[in-house]
Amino acid sequence: MKMPLSALIGLILTGLFLFVAIFAQWLAPYPIDAAVGGVWESPSATYWLGTDTIGRDILSRLIYGAQVTIFVAAASSVLAFSLGSILGFVAATQGGWVDQALSRLVDLVMAIPSLIIALVVLSVLPLNLTVLILVMGVLDATRVFRLSRAVAVDITVMDYVEAARLRGEGGGWIIFREILPNALSPLVAEFGLRFIFAVLFISTLSFLGLGIQPPLTDWGGMVKENKDALVYGKSAALMPALAIAALAISVNLVADWILSRTTSLKGGRGA
Amino acid sequence: MPEPLLDIRNLRIEATSYPPGEPPRHVVLVDDVSVSVEKGKVLGLIGESGAGKSTIGLSAMSFGRGGVRLTAGQILLNGRDIRTAPVSELRKLRGSEVTYVAQSAAAAFNPARKLMEQVIETSLAHGVMPKAEAEARARSLFRQLGLPNPDTFGDRYPHQVSGGQLQRAMTAMALCPKPDLVIFDEPTTALDVTTQIDVLAAIKRAIHETGVAALYITHDLAVVAQVADDILVLRHGKKVEYGTTDHIINRPEQAYTQALVSVRSIEHEEKPAAKPVLTVANVTARYRGTHFDVLKNVSVDVAPGQTLAIVGESGSGKSTLARAITGLLPPTSGRITFDGRDLSRDLAGRTKDDLRELQMIYQMADVAMNPRQTIGTIIGRPLEFYFGLRGEAKRKRIQELLDQIEMGKGFESRYPAELSGGQKQRVCIARALAAKPKLIICDEVTSALDPLVADGILKLLLELQAQQQVAYLFITHDLATVKAIADKIAVMFKGEVRRYGSKTDVLTPPFDDYTDLLLSSVPEMRLGWLEEVLAHRKMESAGN
Repeated sequence: MKMPLSALIGLILTGLFLFVAIFAQWLAPYPIDAAVGGVWESPSATYWLGTDTIGRDILSRLIYGAQVTIFVAAASSVLAFSLGSILGFVAATQGGWVDQALSRLVDLVMAIPSLIIALVVLSVLPLNLTVLILVMGVLDATRVFRLSRAVAVDITVMDYVEAARLRGEGGGWIIFREILPNALSPLVAEFGLRFIFAVLFISTLSFLGLGIQPPLTDWGGMVKENKDALVYGKSAALMPALAIAALAISVNLVADWILSRTTSLKGGRGA
Repeated sequence: MPEPLLDIRNLRIEATSYPPGEPPRHVVLVDDVSVSVEKGKVLGLIGESGAGKSTIGLSAMSFGRGGVRLTAGQILLNGRDIRTAPVSELRKLRGSEVTYVAQSAAAAFNPARKLMEQVIETSLAHGVMPKAEAEARARSLFRQLGLPNPDTFGDRYPHQVSGGQLQRAMTAMALCPKPDLVIFDEPTTALDVTTQIDVLAAIKRAIHETGVAALYITHDLAVVAQVADDILVLRHGKKVEYGTTDHIINRPEQAYTQALVSVRSIEHEEKPAAKPVLTVANVTARYRGTHFDVLKNVSVDVAPGQTLAIVGESGSGKSTLARAITGLLPPTSGRITFDGRDLSRDLAGRTKDDLRELQMIYQMADVAMNPRQTIGTIIGRPLEFYFGLRGEAKRKRIQELLDQIEMGKGFESRYPAELSGGQKQRVCIARALAAKPKLIICDEVTSALDPLVADGILKLLLELQAQQQVAYLFITHDLATVKAIADKIAVMFKGEVRRYGSKTDVLTPPFDDYTDLLLSSVPEMRLGWLEEVLAHRKMESAGN
């Protein structure tokens, strides 16, 4: 199948972001926390994207920030998917009160905006990366639960799952060998979308001061540090904001492509 | 000889197929087919799935489903070639000159609109007649088709009428704009036999009374023999035989046609009664959250190495009985005894041996196998699970099973999507056999298959039974299958067993009313059967 141009662009950009995040230490021209220039210098040959509110190189901080942003978003998405999909599959295969209990609990969590829950929980718990990832992962798991339960309910009624049940197979085999392989395509596509939401969420939290703490930095925190520059017509705050948007769009392009492929697969099945 | 209404000459139809993971392939669906229909005549198109019968049928309105191209030949309708006609002209002719009756009426009607609106829609859209006239015509068609309360029938919504009535309503829809030609695409295939006979009779009468010409597409030769004047037998998109119905049914020349006519040639000697392996005693069951018994006091038994056939129409509780026996639907009362021991009502309470010795084969082999598992995994899993076989021993046993189902080498690493319908069902049989069961429940295992393929599956099942002394509980609505393989028969109706006994007893008169209705509704492969049955029924009801 030919890959559409948008997906190709998305793949290249996503790859570029990943590359930068992984090799930040070698790519960044300056250290993360060294004040090397004046305050809010405009982009120049020395400082490609200018300097920030206390004279640090924005490009270097963007590169280090990519590492933190992408790591936290990826880790919380992986957690959300492991937790959400397994619980979703269990709810779908068990049915009855297990399904009711899990689904209503998820409804309860989803009824309150995630940002509010996160703000409350994070202002009580110690602020470090582990707590941040756990909170984001658990909150996002509710969305994954909904999707994976819906997908699994469709698969559970298939005769091959009934055949496995009649054979006497346990829950593990039914979930991991019968259901999971058939639910993978929609879940993979959803992973891309949830990852973007995680990027936006961590950026929001950092912007509000409850996310990544100094000396580490992420893009949301950088927008916060430099937001006053906008008043003076300086570009410092725009750079991290653009980075967030670019990452979100490029991952989205890839996710769209995967999603369209899996839907066309469904339509063409049975051949 | 009068000028034919539809004259198809050397038609060739092609398409591009997109097999998953392979480059697109060019396929010829129909090759060099010529056929003609005169005014007021019915042409039957018959063949197995993939034979191109629906494709040819739709070509009569110069239509090809997604990606299908009519590439060569002529389709002369009322003397003009419509194969290459512009879309604007085709739009005028479709739905007025030529109309179409689809297989699934339930899927073809819009559930949100009343029947009358939909029945007269095409007549109004084409400006064939004003609304009042169209409604009057629809009502008279309802009457002709034997629908209840023809004057108010159109005020109902599709969900308020039965499947057979809906199919007749669609026939009315097709006949309403006074077309020259109607295409019937498997109009009775999705119906029960007892309903099929009514719809068939209604369609036949309507065709004759309106004098319309028709293409009747079906895979059931016995059905087409009742309505068609001529029959075209197709296979793999090519003509096999073309002639009058009398010629095709009584004096077929080609080997393939002969096989179709003589299908269900299996002879099976009824075995003497023996001590049963499975006894179902006074089982009553209902679905959770309902207050209605779907099984009422059902008692049947199966002897080792024998076949009990459960027959009945849809909704009679046949499949529910299977669910009760397997433990998927725990009965509310009654006992199930298997091989001398009481079976737990609930699936969770059964031992591994209980599960192993009672296997199941499903109607739709497509969804009975995990599409992401190879044939090796599908057949190998019961070996691993019940007998702990691994590695070389497992591989050897899988090959043994594949040999038993006559599939040979090279299938282990393939996926279900790469197999034909018959092969898929064979793999499901192998999966059941792998557990070395004492009883296999076969739930409509042949009803999704073409007649000749189904015949092969039945022969295989009988052979395996003779070799391995496995008992079958065979659920089906097809009485021809029952006659071919059963030792005992239970006729079910509305959750009850109406008639139960050895095959000879059940199939020998005197019958109860329902069994009589069921048995006499099975189409027979001869001309004039439909009229005989209808005349017989009329006489009986007059006599009462």
